[in-house]
Amino acid sequence: MSTLVLLTITGLGLGALYFLIASGLSLIYGLMGVLNFAHGAFITFGAYAAWWITTHVEASAEAELILATAFGLVFGAVLGALIELVFIRPLYRRPIEQVLVTVGLALALGALVFGIWGADPKLFPDRPGEEISLPSWMIDTTTILGARIPNDRFVEIAVAVVVLAGLTAFLRFTRIGLIIRAGVENRSMVTALGIDVRKTFTFVFAVGGALAALAGVLSGIYFSTVDPGRGTSLLIFAFIVVVIGGFGSIGGSAVAAVAVGLVQQYANYYAADWLDWSGAGDVAVMFLLAGVLLLRPEGLAPKVAH
Amino acid sequence: MSTATALDVNDLHVYLGESHVLQGVSFSVAKGGVTALLGRNGVGKTTTLRALMGLVPRSRGSVEVQGENVTRLPTHAIVRRGIGYVPEDRDVFAGLTVEENLRLSERGGNGRYDLVYDLFPELRERGRQRAGTLSGGQQQMVAIARALLNDNDLLLIDEPTKGLAPLLVTEVAVALERAAELSTILLVEQNLGVAKRVAEHAVVLDGGRVVYEGAAGELLSNPERVRELLGVGGAGH
Ligand SMILES: Nc1ncnc2c1ncn2[C@@H]1O[C@H](COP(=O)(O)OP(=O)(O)OP(=O)(O)O)[C@@H](O)[C@H]1O
Ligand SMILES: [Mg+2]
Repeated sequence: MSTLVLLTITGLGLGALYFLIASGLSLIYGLMGVLNFAHGAFITFGAYAAWWITTHVEASAEAELILATAFGLVFGAVLGALIELVFIRPLYRRPIEQVLVTVGLALALGALVFGIWGADPKLFPDRPGEEISLPSWMIDTTTILGARIPNDRFVEIAVAVVVLAGLTAFLRFTRIGLIIRAGVENRSMVTALGIDVRKTFTFVFAVGGALAALAGVLSGIYFSTVDPGRGTSLLIFAFIVVVIGGFGSIGGSAVAAVAVGLVQQYANYYAADWLDWSGAGDVAVMFLLAGVLLLRPEGLAPKVAH
Repeated sequence: MSTATALDVNDLHVYLGESHVLQGVSFSVAKGGVTALLGRNGVGKTTTLRALMGLVPRSRGSVEVQGENVTRLPTHAIVRRGIGYVPEDRDVFAGLTVEENLRLSERGGNGRYDLVYDLFPELRERGRQRAGTLSGGQQQMVAIARALLNDNDLLLIDEPTKGLAPLLVTEVAVALERAAELSTILLVEQNLGVAKRVAEHAVVLDGGRVVYEGAAGELLSNPERVRELLGVGGAGH
């Protein structure tokens, strides 16, 4: 029982990271039709930006972490907005070229991180001389039904829940949210109402960049390190989450992220335990994807057809 | 600049894929009243409206709205010159509520809700209902209401009575008459009864060009001309 609880909460923590990445990917694809392969760079750069700022300040562990998170978030938003303005916007109405540009950016930005900071993982946050670099309460565990859960898992889950609630409210109650929801359904009809839908493109890229960077920072907490491959490895699962959840649907992404995180954790543990097979989690996720696509080719929450 | 025309279309050419759908369409729409844009099925009426809106690429020709050349403007900028568009397939946002559909289309924040709720009281009652769950007729009301909500000079309306029950056809015709008191209307309408009732002028397309431009009554009360130009009663095209 305690193992199941631990796996479940760890899976939810992982699902929280997937959700933060997938929600932006899903909005960008839903609205603009761009499959953004550069999203992984937002994750990695967000994580490294957060780590970098902690190498330049000395403060309490809490203060450093908050500063790092805020810095990573802003960095991700600016990077996202810049990429949209400089690379995506000039290719408006040329979706294939847009996707190719994001692939190129993913490769170039990945190489850039590698070139600047090298291949070795960095301890996050950077607090030289300190015994532990995270706030101690985060490393402590809470016992639930006999399972000792590292407290940082709750932080990751809580952040994702807050983001889910915030994004949902934003999409429902603001004018930009209304335009985005309508644009996901039928972009050209939005322009036919006199709305310059391109303005929302920069916005969703900035939001996507910020949320992916936030996932990068949280992954730094989850793994206690940042490394150059972080974005790529998380992005693959986020893509799967988007496909399972349905492009353009935040709720669908949330459900799918939880499913993928849990399936991955359970399969990894039980396959190793019972079958002596490691790495089964990724295979199980593929089966989950295949199963959903067979039963519901449009994903759990397809775009509203009309 | 003040001109007598709401819309001037000059030598408009549009290709859709391989096919040369509009081959030099030219016509004018006088200010005020309803001009019917007629023609056989598949002749390019919808394409003409979409080309005026900048929704399909135009390979040649010009479009002037109230004397201003809008040919090179993006769709949203053309619309902001005071145009309302009711597309053929209605294109309401299915996942948005009726009220959200209207709010989205409101430009400048003083939507004429009194007018649209007066014309279509059902829309007020169904404000919180998702547009995707409405009947075809109700969706058409939403589509028309979106265009009437703003103080537009010109309305482009594509087959508003298509597929509607007779009672609804009348309701839509009444709404069109009311709208015509407020704006100039270019109306694509296959229901010739409705066209005859509301339109003063007519423009007929055939073979990618305009083949008739003149009074609507004169054309529509001449069965021979109607059969010749619109193929009604004949085999179509
Ligand atoms: N995407 C497209 N690619 C190629 N041809 C197209 C495309 N869309 C429409 N067409 C063709 O262009 C022609 C004009 O179509 P359009 O919809 O403008 O006609 P219409 O007069 O509005 O017809 P209807 O009375 O059926 O509404 C038709 O022959 C149609 O088959
Ligand atoms: Mg048509």
